[in-house]
Amino acid sequence: MELSTRDRALLTALEGGLPLVARPYAALGERLGLSEGEVIAALRRLTESGVVKRFGVVVRHHELGYRANAMVVWDVPDDRIAEAGARLSALPFVTLCYRRPRRLPDWPYSLFCMIHGRERAAVEALADEATAKAELSGLPRATLFSQRRFKQRGARYGARDAEGRGRWTISTAA
Amino acid sequence: MATRSHHELTELDRRLLDSFQRGFPLDPSPFAAIAEAVGSDEETVLAAYRVLQDEGFVSRIGPVVAPHRAGWSTLAAMAVEPAALEETAARVSAHPAVNHNYEREHRLNLWFVVTAPDEAAGIVALDEIAAETGRKVIDLPLIEAFHIDLGFPIQWN
Repeated sequence: MELSTRDRALLTALEGGLPLVARPYAALGERLGLSEGEVIAALRRLTESGVVKRFGVVVRHHELGYRANAMVVWDVPDDRIAEAGARLSALPFVTLCYRRPRRLPDWPYSLFCMIHGRERAAVEALADEATAKAELSGLPRATLFSQRRFKQRGARYGARDAEGRGRWTISTAA
Repeated sequence: MATRSHHELTELDRRLLDSFQRGFPLDPSPFAAIAEAVGSDEETVLAAYRVLQDEGFVSRIGPVVAPHRAGWSTLAAMAVEPAALEETAARVSAHPAVNHNYEREHRLNLWFVVTAPDEAAGIVALDEIAAETGRKVIDLPLIEAFHIDLGFPIQWN
């Protein structure tokens, strides 16, 4: 589905989240010259078509006590990646699972997932469980725990400004 | 600023955080709809979300967009010697295309997400970040998404 200019404007206006007022869709519509009904209909359509993967509360896991968060990566042979990706995605504790390119010699890994937990040992155990359940035992693997968080906010995709240093909008799952 | 730890959240707070990570009501009065679902009232629910957002438990209420449906993005990494990490991270964070930027335990120890309207703009941003930090940027764009963040049930204990 191609995004219309209106859809983009709407997603851009939602960059900082829904205004916390009783009629938030009406408030958004006012900023965009749309009716409340048009805003709701557009968000329904974007959600049903899969452009919006979910619409809801984006929590900060760290603040909720999920202090251990790891990116777990494996060097999976290309012809096994799709099956392993499907197996990992079925695990309830895997929040993201993506295939990405290897960049040799710096980076040999091809399959990525994210695991959040309260403690490091718990996340390590889940990474082992994921490895076993996706039949990845014996393959090169790394578990990259996060340390300092320097920046976290919704993504920005809007056009660049006149100085060429843009304002980019829209929260994404990248 | 956050004055409470997550242990001090009320039962209502917990439900507001946990139960509406997806399927937030697309209804003219969503907070009234939530209030009805949780047995509260609209004003109380709105006030609770305002506090949860102010305190940093909620990043925002809104859409999570599928990658590459509304723009371009990539995950990128850099190897930075520990003594220079803070300064380099600040330079990376200062770029408007960067939305997440984390230290991780690896030789490649700085990981960030770059988003842009399209691939050409994204590559310009990566080049600028490399120039501004004087470091090699390892670009790891998505090839295939098997599973995208749909929120997950929070374990409160």
